[in-house]
Amino acid sequence: MQTARRTPLYERHAALGARIVDFAGWEMPVQYAGIQEEHRAVRTSAGVFDVSHMGQLELSGVGARDYLQERLSNDLGRIGDGQAQYTLLTNEQGGITDDLIAYKRGDDDYLLVVNASNVEPDHAALPDTSDVSDRYALLAVQGPEALERLSLVLEPFTFREDDVLGVRCLVAGTGYTGERGCELGCDPDDAVRLWDAILARGVVPCGLGARDTLRLEACYPLHGNDISPERTPIEAGLGWACALDKEFTGVDRLRRQKAEGTSERLVAFVLDDRGIPRQGMELTDPPGQVTSGSLSPMLGVGIGLAYVPSGSAEAGTTISVDLRGRPRKGHIVKKPIYKREGA
Amino acid sequence: MAADESYPEELKYHREHDWAKVDGDTATIGITWYAQDALGEIVHFEPPEQGGSVAKDESYGEVESVKAVSDLVSPLSGEVAEVNQAVVAEPEKINEDPYGEGWLIKVRLSDPSEVDGLLDLAAYKELLSE
Repeated sequence: MQTARRTPLYERHAALGARIVDFAGWEMPVQYAGIQEEHRAVRTSAGVFDVSHMGQLELSGVGARDYLQERLSNDLGRIGDGQAQYTLLTNEQGGITDDLIAYKRGDDDYLLVVNASNVEPDHAALPDTSDVSDRYALLAVQGPEALERLSLVLEPFTFREDDVLGVRCLVAGTGYTGERGCELGCDPDDAVRLWDAILARGVVPCGLGARDTLRLEACYPLHGNDISPERTPIEAGLGWACALDKEFTGVDRLRRQKAEGTSERLVAFVLDDRGIPRQGMELTDPPGQVTSGSLSPMLGVGIGLAYVPSGSAEAGTTISVDLRGRPRKGHIVKKPIYKREGA
Repeated sequence: MAADESYPEELKYHREHDWAKVDGDTATIGITWYAQDALGEIVHFEPPEQGGSVAKDESYGEVESVKAVSDLVSPLSGEVAEVNQAVVAEPEKINEDPYGEGWLIKVRLSDPSEVDGLLDLAAYKELLSE
């Protein structure tokens, strides 16, 4: 039995009274003051998340770009030095091994930030990369005021090396909340100093609970829930992150699905009746499965993502979810489920 | 605002962290401070039907936090005389006042002798310390 790992900020989380849970083999804070309060802080001002559990793989040297271009779904030719891109690692069947962000540091020099639970399968599928996850602590600062609290100017999906509140960081205009903000990679030995400095700017500490409700309102899929090695990007509505005009693992199946359609599609829905949908619940009419579900802290109603037959995937279609024996009505909505005006 | 930890002397307790306030052949039922604290912010109360029956040690409804669902276990048997509709509308009352405004249902008892099988405060506190 491997014991759970701790990030450099574990003592800080414990001191703040966080509830700690095991997540992908890490002891992580799920909430501090409360999920809804933290969620609203990110929608209205700024919140900070310890995401040091996430993995980092890197590849540099001659041929690095071609190697990744043949294995990742998005076209690395679309980004220049200092730019980042959402992309997918696919298997031979076109299923999703992981979703990740690729950072282009230079010609033939890339950093990949991957899900904590998938570092091993990712590394197995990309054996030429080096696992450098231990080299970085990672903090996500998110919300409409996130960048100004850190005195940063940063465009979405760009990154650079910079000093943030006196700490040397890899500063990236990325995140998982549907808000502006940044992700800061620093030396693990500097993580406590950076965390303290961010909190001193009035940024609210937020746990994985709020991270999950925020990403669900924004309709960002969670690997292991909404996407998996058994689901393809076309079914999941992630065709925009697949360059079907280049060759990469599993592309033939994706081209076929793109041309012929898929039997199911991942849709977002809102409940009109009271109740909270949860992962694993069944949709009865049309038939389907809930892959993520929660209460939306911003809308105050049950929301979720579900796979439904492609013929029943239009926004506005009414659905019925079986909430532990109680049928509850809702309807399919256009993604995202919630977007703040101006975000 | 969440309430401070407390367990009133006059209540009877069930080991699944429910309380009952017995008044003749009627009992008011809710969940203890410990139960609401373990759940965190409660965002949904799925009540039983008024007039329906509840059975001792069996589920009569659900409360949910953002992350989790928890069955409500009835400490006593009888008929649901009243559902606290204020908590249906504002489930956070359970966190704010678990023994007052956060009560859940009132039950007309079918077997008042079941009360003797419930825990008193000392026995419930012992259970919590285990």
